[in-house]
Amino acid sequence: MTIAIDRRQFLKASAAVGGGLALEFSLPVAAAPAKGLPPTEVNAWVVIHPDDRVVIRIARSEMGQGTLTALAQLVAEELDCDWMKVTTEFASPNEHIRRKRIWGSMSTGGSQGVRSSQDYVRKGGATAREMLVAAAAQQWKVPAAECKAEKGVITHGASKRRVRYGQMAAAAAKLEPPKDVKLRDPKDWKIAGKPLRRLDIPDKVVGKPVFGVDVDLPGMLHASIFQSPVFGGKVKNVDSAEAEKMRGVKKIVREADFVAVVADNWWRANQAVKALKVEWDEGANGKFSDETIMAMLREGLADPKLPEAKKVGDAAAAMAGAAKVIEAEYASPYLNHATMEPMTCTAWIKPDGFVEVWTSTQNAEASMAAAAETAGVPLEKVEVHKMMLGGGFGRRGAPQDFVKQGVLIAKQVPGVPVKMMWSREEDMRHGYYRPASLVRMKAGLDAQGNCVAFEAKIACPSILALLRPEAIQKGIDFSAVRTLNDMPYTIANQKVDYAMRNGHVPVGFWRAPGLQNAVYRECFIDELAQAAGKDPLEYRLAMLKPGDKNRLVLEAAAKHAGWGKPLPAGVFRGIAMSDGFGSFTAGVAEVSVNAAGELKIHRFVMAIDSGHVVNPDTCAAQAEGNAAYCIGMLYQANTVKNGRMVEGNFDTFQIPGMSEMPKVETVLVPTGGFWGGHGEPGALSFMPAVLNAVHAATGKRVRTLPLKPGELKKA
Amino acid sequence: MIKLTVNGRVHTVDVEPDMPLLWVLRDQLKLMGTKYGCGIAQCGACTVHVDGEPVTSCRAKVGDMVGKKILTIEGLGKPGLHRIQKAWIEHEVPQCGYCQSGMMMAAVALLAKKPKPTDADIDEAMTNLCRCGSYPRVRKAIHAAAGQLSSATAAKKA
Repeated sequence: MTIAIDRRQFLKASAAVGGGLALEFSLPVAAAPAKGLPPTEVNAWVVIHPDDRVVIRIARSEMGQGTLTALAQLVAEELDCDWMKVTTEFASPNEHIRRKRIWGSMSTGGSQGVRSSQDYVRKGGATAREMLVAAAAQQWKVPAAECKAEKGVITHGASKRRVRYGQMAAAAAKLEPPKDVKLRDPKDWKIAGKPLRRLDIPDKVVGKPVFGVDVDLPGMLHASIFQSPVFGGKVKNVDSAEAEKMRGVKKIVREADFVAVVADNWWRANQAVKALKVEWDEGANGKFSDETIMAMLREGLADPKLPEAKKVGDAAAAMAGAAKVIEAEYASPYLNHATMEPMTCTAWIKPDGFVEVWTSTQNAEASMAAAAETAGVPLEKVEVHKMMLGGGFGRRGAPQDFVKQGVLIAKQVPGVPVKMMWSREEDMRHGYYRPASLVRMKAGLDAQGNCVAFEAKIACPSILALLRPEAIQKGIDFSAVRTLNDMPYTIANQKVDYAMRNGHVPVGFWRAPGLQNAVYRECFIDELAQAAGKDPLEYRLAMLKPGDKNRLVLEAAAKHAGWGKPLPAGVFRGIAMSDGFGSFTAGVAEVSVNAAGELKIHRFVMAIDSGHVVNPDTCAAQAEGNAAYCIGMLYQANTVKNGRMVEGNFDTFQIPGMSEMPKVETVLVPTGGFWGGHGEPGALSFMPAVLNAVHAATGKRVRTLPLKPGELKKA
Repeated sequence: MIKLTVNGRVHTVDVEPDMPLLWVLRDQLKLMGTKYGCGIAQCGACTVHVDGEPVTSCRAKVGDMVGKKILTIEGLGKPGLHRIQKAWIEHEVPQCGYCQSGMMMAAVALLAKKPKPTDADIDEAMTNLCRCGSYPRVRKAIHAAAGQLSSATAAKKA
């Protein structure tokens, strides 16, 4: 699958605006090669071929979440083109820099893909449409207001004239873009808001998409890498005598914290890596283990001088006056993202110093910056080709370790493209893990069981401290405290403290960063409902203000799931809710636990209010994906021993399979007026709903994940 | 030199006999639709057919493949699309798509053995791992390809 080397069309299209840069290699333009006349870039988002094919530029990454199709729908909606003629291409990060970041943010995380770019991509489509209409009006010498654009055709009613977008694109591109464009009311949408087929799927059923690991360039070599098993360790000595003699091996690369073998085939490179004898300087980190990490977190909870993440009322006084006090401790382990495609980067340091990188990235600009810094060249001398991602879930965003390594390796083989791919074992043991955490919650109930005081102490490594230290405010990492310090529940007295305890394990943004807090909170609320002798749904509703969208989704999920209605024998329900990532979600899980203590999740109903919905089917797919991702939390853990991660592959870090997947029913209840995400919110309510159902089934509260073998077995 | 029959074409490759078939397909023959996921036959992303049987190519030595017929995603259903691929499109199965070649190869092998698989059959045969959670749609698409869904359900979408 050699990458089609045809940047010509793209360059011709953008030459008028930005000037072309002679890059030899590029992503294939998604559209079939144009015959005859070149396409026209009407603006940065819209390229139109003379035969009316429309290429929509996509700035965000596609990792399975469907953003590529949703963004194309938004542009096409305002452009009012023929959807059947739409294809997409990823905007060039190098060109992005040269054109003063014309495509906005290229970062793809936090369920932001649609919600934080919807305004400017829709304006991109609307602007292009108005320019096309203005060009037709000029040609016909009629006022533009008398012309109408629909499905790729501009018409002038009075004179019954019509012209296609493809015929007008060249003239339209020469016009001054309108300053202000009116966007359509979502209730009038014809392309957006519909469950249109995803544009990337036909290729994905024939093995055609080029993922990062599929990059193939003439003369390319392959690299496999071996990083210090202990985080932070350094290479002390390498005996590569045996590896060097192995077939296909071209070079041994030794860097400060890794060794790599470059060979003519990845398997050969990896076999040679296994033959390396590396001595590591493990530094001080070799002494850490799960036990020392838990002790560190526990010490955090005992710290009397913690920064406050929330303070309303007087929690201590209200607690002292409470009729009943409930206290519980919840904990979670480190978790790897375990994307199916391991980390990978192909880099090529060209003779003229230009650096080309092909990688599966959630943040092309961060990849560029990492490549530029590592190669010692300005950003303008780097191009990052955005490949399809074999999963992202946060791993391929802020940390760009794999790009730095790819460029370091390529620097050792100048002039030759090298594709580096991690083995699964490297991927499992060198993640930026979802932080382990320990949280203690305490609630005071009045005589009627109403919660009058809530306290939480959160001990958790800070993702921001490692990846975005400038975002820490007054000692608080919002991703470590969210869901507990921003509860919609009307509890008059609240105090939340944060113990930042960072440890030596690199942490990062996992799907729905801070998700563990939603699990703890919603399980704890169930504990309170139980202590109050109240129905968990009613208990929550009583603490939510009228009009709160959390109420709406809670009621929608409960209604759809048949909350309160009889269930088959042995099946039990649990409920949970949480807002996050711009949306409001609630879920109801149905589970059974057999005599052997085996848990079966039968059904999960998730209601979500994301304001607007751009593609209902991809939103449903995200709900299914969130459920599958979160089932893993029941038994996954990356355990630390002697400073390193124990689990190395899917035999010990289990990914949920087909048989574990429940029926997932997505209830979309968009109320309009705002734009929420879908990639992560669905994760928030899944696990607490399941664990609350487990309690209903067994009477056992699971407060520490993962489940221990036999934990749910009847005593 | 090893002679291999892949997707009906005979290739001669100069590789070690213990090289896994996966790497011969990907790095020597440039058939990149078959993916590496784990290297220990756990995830199924590398599933291909060897004489009609699903095989995890990351653990199949190329030296053992001589004289056998290998089918990869690139050769599935040619010319055109296999009914499983059509069902995959119809039910919008893939998300990131990385595991899907192996998933479809496993599904085709299942249907060859059990033309009308039950949910239990699907659970047993489809051990491929998917991190995105395409499982409910995989199940639905297999039933659809087996003709077990009413046309009304199958053709709901635009």
